[in-house]
Amino acid sequence: MTNTVDVDKRRFLTNATTVVGGIGAIAVAIPFISSLSPSARAEAAGAPVTLDISKLEVGQMITIEWRGKPVWVLRRTDETLSTLSTLVDRLRDPDSDNPDQQPDYCKNPGRSIRDDILVLVGICTHLGCSPTHRPELAPDDLGEDWKGGFFCPCHGSKFDLAGRVYSGLPAPSNLVVPPHHFVGNSQLLIGADPVGYA
Amino acid sequence: MRLLTWIDARFPASKLWNEHLAEYYAPKNFNFWYFFGSLALLILVLQIVTGIFLTMHYKPDTSLAFASVEYIMRDVQWGWLIRYLHSTGASAFFVVVYLHMFRGLIYGSYKQPRELVWIFGMLIYVALMAEAFMGYLLPWGQMSYWGAQVIISLFGAIPYVGEGLALWIRGDFVVADATLNRFFAFHVIAVPLVLLGLVVAHIIALHEVGSNNPDGVEIKKLKDENGIPVDGIAFHPYYSVKDLVGVIVFLFIFSIILFYMPEMGGWFLEKDNFIPADPLKTPEHIVPLWYFTPFYAILRAVPDKLFGVLAMGGAIVVLFLLPWLDRSPVKSIRYRGPLFKIALSLFTISFIALGYLGTQPATGLYTLMAQIFSVIYFSFFLFMPLYTAIDKDKPVPHRVS
Repeated sequence: MTNTVDVDKRRFLTNATTVVGGIGAIAVAIPFISSLSPSARAEAAGAPVTLDISKLEVGQMITIEWRGKPVWVLRRTDETLSTLSTLVDRLRDPDSDNPDQQPDYCKNPGRSIRDDILVLVGICTHLGCSPTHRPELAPDDLGEDWKGGFFCPCHGSKFDLAGRVYSGLPAPSNLVVPPHHFVGNSQLLIGADPVGYA
Repeated sequence: MRLLTWIDARFPASKLWNEHLAEYYAPKNFNFWYFFGSLALLILVLQIVTGIFLTMHYKPDTSLAFASVEYIMRDVQWGWLIRYLHSTGASAFFVVVYLHMFRGLIYGSYKQPRELVWIFGMLIYVALMAEAFMGYLLPWGQMSYWGAQVIISLFGAIPYVGEGLALWIRGDFVVADATLNRFFAFHVIAVPLVLLGLVVAHIIALHEVGSNNPDGVEIKKLKDENGIPVDGIAFHPYYSVKDLVGVIVFLFIFSIILFYMPEMGGWFLEKDNFIPADPLKTPEHIVPLWYFTPFYAILRAVPDKLFGVLAMGGAIVVLFLLPWLDRSPVKSIRYRGPLFKIALSLFTISFIALGYLGTQPATGLYTLMAQIFSVIYFSFFLFMPLYTAIDKDKPVPHRVS
């Protein structure tokens, strides 16, 4: 039995204990961090909602709640539809090239399944405010070349009546078109893709 | 005295009292600007005490929260006073902290050897902003809701992980009951604990290196035969009594606001927050509370989501770096050259102007002004290593005047 201390052995044991203890601490942190994620109840609340659009007048917009978010359903006028193509050079993503902002079946000039019915999540892609529906032409505060659209009061982002963002403003992308489809002529189902789409 | 001897043999009661109060020697030339540290401590105590009593009646549930605040205001005995003390105290806290930080700027209190005092102070400031932000969600009014929605969405700007992070913070797809409940937990337990720990660290670090003063002269360089700084006086009773005068003046002003204008014309309690939260409708004009508006103006000045968020975060981060950006050997503004005085004046003007612009709509001229003042704000820090190095500083006296 010698009195010399095996420093290497001590260092090895200290390091090994520290590593094992550290892994244990991380493992214990996981349940706490995970508990802050959306709960099973919050996940389940994302079920689709149905809306009767037969009473929706031309030019009228209604707001319903889906997953706690406002969803707008707007019946566009023919004049509105004809102005959409004239705005192209003032928009950031006129052809809806960003696939995250709409389902494939809405990647078209009107960003809709039926030309007249526009369905949008009413949350600004900048910082989550709900923009205001401003269908009037050339109001004082929005300027002479305003063709109707959505204006975000928080940070001044503007969108046209297909939810496409104007360039040079804070919002980075077009408003989101949620998955939706029509059941017959009068029922709109928000939250599920049409049959045949995954 | 026998009791104290008994305690001192087991717990350093007298030692702590002497080290931090009776034998803590502070420079004899403290002026007006030195009231705000102790006032901040006073408000911290006020917020903790009023907060504890508010939690006894408040309900952190989206269907009950708004009504429970009205219940406190109308039916709880003296509830209106406790609630207004807490809401007015929040704004008073930021007034005092901003003045306290400005004192640090003009007298160079962040400079060597007080870098850690400054860092701990900045951490307190950040914790305080988190505390105020989460507290403002609790009344569950329109401004509470949409303010939280906007600020949490800021995290969504981070590439790749942002959206997941925002979802994790909210605990739901939008600001909802889960968000309110966790903000309540953070506001009443987690952040206050962190704040208290940081305040202790701030004071320990300060008492280790000693207080700076309006002349920026180190009083520890010149000590008498007992090792006491010649230009120092004991904190207690000299400054404890002086600070009491400050407390009285502060309470005068605080009481006038508390009793006669607790909403401060919409600046301390915003009008839209008297409407219950409606997730389907954003108020016409979203404005954060006044103490966040300079940073909010910077956010809006940048016409890009990610860079806007980075600029806003950078505006706070850059303050942490101050001790290393300042190359001047001189601490106090009294002996600084003209370049620093001009830079600090421009910085102060731009900070106040940004604070104003953050309350205004983000349209044409206002946005342009916010961009100009944001550039000045960052220039103050960016060019500091240059202008402080070449500035014509005056000679610093050996002793405080």
